[in-house]
Amino acid sequence: MINILFFIIFPLLFMGIIHRVKAIMVGRKGKPISQNMRDFLKLLRKDEVISTNATLISRVAPAGALAATICAALFVPFVNSNSVLSFRGDYIMVVYLLSLAKGMMVLAALDSGSSFQGMGTSRELSFTAFLEPAFFLIIAAIIFSVGTGSISELFARQSITYLRIWDVFASLFIAVALYIMLLVESCRVPFDDPSTHLELTMIHEVMVLDFSGFSMALIHYTSALKMFIYASLIAHLAVPANNIWWYLGILIFIYLFTGVLESLMARFRMNRNLELVLVPFCIALLTLAVLLAKNMGAW
Amino acid sequence: MLMTPVLYPELDTFLKWIRESLSRGFQPFAFFGTCEAFIYCLMGKAGELELACCPFPPAGRYPSLSIDFPAFQIFERELFEEYGIVPIRHPWLKSVRHPVNTQPAIEDYPFLASESPLIHEVGVGPVHAGVIEPGHFRFLMRGEIVEHLEIQLGWQHRGICAMLCDGALAQKMYIAESIAGDSVIAHGTAFCGIVECLSGTEARAKHIRTLLLEMERVAMHLSTLSALAGDVAYIMSQNLFAAIRTTVINSTLSICGSRFGKRALCPGGVNYALTQDLIEALKTKMKYCALQIQNTAEAMFASTSLLSRFDDTGKVSTEDVIRYGFTGISAKASGVPIDSRVDFPNWQYPAFLVQTESTGDVFARAHLRYVEAMQSLDIIQELLKRIDPQSPICTETASFSPNQIAVSIVEGARGRVLHIAKSKDESTALWYKIYDPSMVNWLALSLAVQDEQVSDFPLCNKSFDLSYCGSDL
Repeated sequence: MINILFFIIFPLLFMGIIHRVKAIMVGRKGKPISQNMRDFLKLLRKDEVISTNATLISRVAPAGALAATICAALFVPFVNSNSVLSFRGDYIMVVYLLSLAKGMMVLAALDSGSSFQGMGTSRELSFTAFLEPAFFLIIAAIIFSVGTGSISELFARQSITYLRIWDVFASLFIAVALYIMLLVESCRVPFDDPSTHLELTMIHEVMVLDFSGFSMALIHYTSALKMFIYASLIAHLAVPANNIWWYLGILIFIYLFTGVLESLMARFRMNRNLELVLVPFCIALLTLAVLLAKNMGAW
Repeated sequence: MLMTPVLYPELDTFLKWIRESLSRGFQPFAFFGTCEAFIYCLMGKAGELELACCPFPPAGRYPSLSIDFPAFQIFERELFEEYGIVPIRHPWLKSVRHPVNTQPAIEDYPFLASESPLIHEVGVGPVHAGVIEPGHFRFLMRGEIVEHLEIQLGWQHRGICAMLCDGALAQKMYIAESIAGDSVIAHGTAFCGIVECLSGTEARAKHIRTLLLEMERVAMHLSTLSALAGDVAYIMSQNLFAAIRTTVINSTLSICGSRFGKRALCPGGVNYALTQDLIEALKTKMKYCALQIQNTAEAMFASTSLLSRFDDTGKVSTEDVIRYGFTGISAKASGVPIDSRVDFPNWQYPAFLVQTESTGDVFARAHLRYVEAMQSLDIIQELLKRIDPQSPICTETASFSPNQIAVSIVEGARGRVLHIAKSKDESTALWYKIYDPSMVNWLALSLAVQDEQVSDFPLCNKSFDLSYCGSDL
């Protein structure tokens, strides 16, 4: 129960941390951390403007995407390391629930018939093509190290303990890979720029260009929740199971770090993006290979 | 300066003269038709100007110059649009500003199209997100690569040239100030230059004008640097440059009560004198700005993630600059040192060297803006030393001598701002032509984005920082 409350309330608040850090880094005061939440509540009350080309898909997609993402979140460990739902091998379910959410948004983007949307969709999907195998390789590496189970068990078991040097190695590498996935999936600098107003450079933003009001609120919440899921997985990977304070600390650190990173880095050139999206895939592959080699007695 | 055109009664000799002066290294500065049914052509190079005219060709057609000298393309299109004179075999003859009633509506406007299944079109604008002027950009794209960019402007055409001719010219200062809202001083000074030439008045307070012009240049360069950093999501420099720019434009505010320098100038001089206190305050402020700019720029140009975006993006070659007659930052960043401040020194500048870059990419244009802003701040310090708060700031302009042609050239932040006018009687102008550097430089943007990623277009666009309303007039 606490997990459900946690992921309902906090995603948007945590996004506020990034905005606040970015503002402070450049010498401004910044909006309050709760501003995203307030914007969300305001958008919920607003009317929508719907494209004349749009069909039913555009109307249901944002809600569908949110529903799929919430379902995925039910399997993910948050503040309580036992997730609400879990079964053996549920990580496949999680990955494809997230993909389902993305698929909904892709259809909705193409539905509006604007050439920008098509452009953004092709960019976003080309990233996904590389991220999906990366995620499975990450899971494979964890399974290799701690044995199979549900996603919450896996991430709870795998953690940094100084006694087992290989766990430190595996956890750190996987955390880095997951963090890059987080940046790509939640459209952060250096892969995407969530605050740009230039349609030609957008990736995720351009897909949701035609949405407003209630749908927009759902979309904002969905992307915040998706980032929260990834951040939570990383936090569980990095700390021993069930230590709530460490978990919260790492979670906040991830958001702080993202804010600092965004202040200090320019975004990548679009054609370089794809090369860099491959990085999590490579890291996961490397980790798995090293673990395999170790297990076969290479060291 | 006042100029007397050489009259060529025959079109052939006129075109021959144009070709001959091009071969002597001249560039077309202006080429336009007037209400007297004459085509005028102003050719110029460093320190030299030549003006000639010729009656409209009787058949309304003449062999296009653009085929051999592409620098004429925009001028010939403008001539075609305004007077219907057809340059035969012009490579892409369509109107510049799309006036109502004479051209088809935008829906069936002739854009370059491709039948290839590999090519798709993306149209951006004229309504943009953010603070961007209206302009339509039509991309022919192969995947993410831009094959061709066609730019259609004219959404802000206000008929400024006609407005300036309607009534006493000396009272039209407020119109001249609105030619381009971010180049108030550049266009304002050029306008004052015309009025002063036609009336034979020697302007006062040239130091203050120069000071204002340089402050405008610093402010413009800073705002472009800020936006360039913003386009690649480098928020550190984006915010810092924007903050320093505010200091600069607020200094302009302290001189004349407007952050963009409106009402600062008047024909004959300036409206506001500088007090000794203000001069001292400006000295301190500008010194502070110079330090801040240096720190911010050094950090920015040391950031590898930013450099990987700027380097090699949107290249314009030196040959293209000369072929197409680009001016201002677009030319200087490709290694062509043309600067009206040095070439046509009607100004109170301390000696300075025109800065150039050699690579012609986004980095060159960004870095040149930084270098120029620092140089302008040095010039400002020097001017502040020279300004005498006691000296008179304005003089009455006399009445015009009729049928005189005056040319006024100012180096604005974007490049050569050129005004040219002919007086009708004691107070009015017969015709008045304005050439903002943006008008010729828009083509540089089209060339720069060819074969680039379409996602780099906003970055390239900003690196040129051209004015939409300045070329729409």
